[in-house]
Amino acid sequence: MQAMSKITTRTVVLENENVDTDQIIPARFLTTTSRAGLGAHAFADWRYEDDGALKADSLFREDARDDFGVLVAGHNFGCGSSREHAPWALLDFGFRAVISTKIADIFTGNALKNGLVPVEVDAATHADLMEQPGVELTIDLEAMRVTTPNGGVDAPFRLEPFARRCLLDGVDPLGAILARDADIAAYEAVHG
Amino acid sequence: MSEPKTLFDKLWERHIVRPETEEAPAIVYIDMHLIHEVTSPQAFQVLKDRGLTVRRPDRTFATLDHSTPTLPPGPDGALPYATEAAAEQVDTLVKNCAAQGITLFGLDDPRRGIVHVIGPELGLTQPGKTIVCGDSHTSTHGAFGAFAFGIGTTEVGHVLATQCLLLRKPKTMRITFEGALAPGVSAKDMALAAIARIGADAGQGKAIEFAGPAVRALSMEGRMTLCNMSIEAGARVGLVAPDETTLAYLRGRDYAPKDADWDAAAADWMSLPTDDGVAFDEEVAIDAASIAPMATFGTSPDAAAPVDGAAPADGGRADDAALAYMRIDRGQAFQEVEVNRVFIGSCTNSRLEDLRAAAQVLRGRKVSDNVIALVVPGSEAVRRDAEAEGLHQVFEAAGAEWRLPGCSMCIAMNGDKGEAGELVVSTSNRNFVGRQGAGVRTVLASPATAAAAAVAGRLVDPRPYLREA
Repeated sequence: MQAMSKITTRTVVLENENVDTDQIIPARFLTTTSRAGLGAHAFADWRYEDDGALKADSLFREDARDDFGVLVAGHNFGCGSSREHAPWALLDFGFRAVISTKIADIFTGNALKNGLVPVEVDAATHADLMEQPGVELTIDLEAMRVTTPNGGVDAPFRLEPFARRCLLDGVDPLGAILARDADIAAYEAVHG
Repeated sequence: MSEPKTLFDKLWERHIVRPETEEAPAIVYIDMHLIHEVTSPQAFQVLKDRGLTVRRPDRTFATLDHSTPTLPPGPDGALPYATEAAAEQVDTLVKNCAAQGITLFGLDDPRRGIVHVIGPELGLTQPGKTIVCGDSHTSTHGAFGAFAFGIGTTEVGHVLATQCLLLRKPKTMRITFEGALAPGVSAKDMALAAIARIGADAGQGKAIEFAGPAVRALSMEGRMTLCNMSIEAGARVGLVAPDETTLAYLRGRDYAPKDADWDAAAADWMSLPTDDGVAFDEEVAIDAASIAPMATFGTSPDAAAPVDGAAPADGGRADDAALAYMRIDRGQAFQEVEVNRVFIGSCTNSRLEDLRAAAQVLRGRKVSDNVIALVVPGSEAVRRDAEAEGLHQVFEAAGAEWRLPGCSMCIAMNGDKGEAGELVVSTSNRNFVGRQGAGVRTVLASPATAAAAAVAGRLVDPRPYLREA
């Protein structure tokens, strides 16, 4: 995972609430044993026609994925299945952050461990962003604020402090557990 | 007198390797790790890449359930996998388990089944344990008073390598079901009624304890159904305190403690229930007697209403897009909704009690000519027990298919699925758009309600069918 402190990019707006991980990547694509290349299947049922052609009216910017790197979605984004294939698919597609009024617990944990930033904002900020699809914004992990250059949006957000530190430093959390091997061994000595 | 504690507090405190601080989450010890073919291969790969091994293969158990066919092998002896990738995924888990010394309940093992069915069935799931699996319905095991929750694949890797996870302590919510359920109403109806009441996001960041006389009166199967659905309210953790019902279920099972160990364990488990006078972060009370058999009408599990009525006139928790997808109108009576397919199975409702409820409706009746019905037992043990009672003959005589164990149409990744536009009444847990096949419309319900829908070809109240049986 690469260290990051600031993301500046443009938005894709999904108005739907309760966007579940089956929408983000349908289960038929979970028979892989790799985490690579899942961007091709991100929102597959929303992006492709039955014959496999890209839908003409798709919300997703296939031509400029890297320029539209934040998904602004309705309440309770990422609910449902624990599949980590969902953040893998979003990252591989080109997304680097998700903004909503609520992002589901398991999705949040999975996203943070892969460098996809889950940003929960207040309802007024969210409503502002929903009305401006394609707006450029900055997510600042030092200041913990989401801002638009025109000053229309300037809102705080929270991340679990350890997960934030891992993002800022580009550090994998597994190392933090492995470093406590003696504590784990001591626990096992008592509890079996 | 020490501070009164919730069941969850007690489970949390017992497993702290290092306590949480403002800067760092707690390191929590995991007593049992269940793995399956879909969410584990990338975790094993991380271990390989980093030169790590599985810390506690003796605390890790594997099964095959999501990608496996529910149809028997063909004339060539080969299982009819949906894709080569599915077969390869199964093979990958077999190899990873062999390489790391992990017990696998494999394709030929009489103990194989859906991960959340076999854990309890084998006595692996016990009160007081921390249990994780790369599957959101791991909340099921909370029915035993275990701290059990679903994790992502990176965390599967953490547990394989360290037997620990980094966790923040969740808040607590108690849902108390006062009174008693009416006849013909089941744990599935309790779950759908509760989720409809509080919403699909209400449990986020919380561990939900289910309490009250109607929960105490449930069998372990019913408690598992209730805890299974916690995640559909957003809660990773669902809990029921252990009691005599829990002990009676576990006693004598393969992995349950024996003899003097049993007595010590049972005494310990009975000290786990929430103390009197403890405050939960949130309390919800529901009158169990007011719950009717439920059905969902939208594309989120919280869009549920009594099946003897109609979709809410104001749409309830289903927006215009959800109702349009379901082709259900605001205020439309459920009995007008035509059914094309019925699925009885999944980690929510595929245990013996569930199959008995479905069989009670189907015995001596016929599945409607317009309906295809599939009954998929949760495990090989459930299949054996059901066949010993002749339940498979009831299903087959009614015109339903009796399949081999697995997740099947709940997640529809093994080839079992509906066709675009079909309405499926399903005893599973998610009515998401396309979950059971592209364009498939899913209605969640109890086994009895699903069986009644199979007979009627419409969404109907199962209670008259249960009374006449």
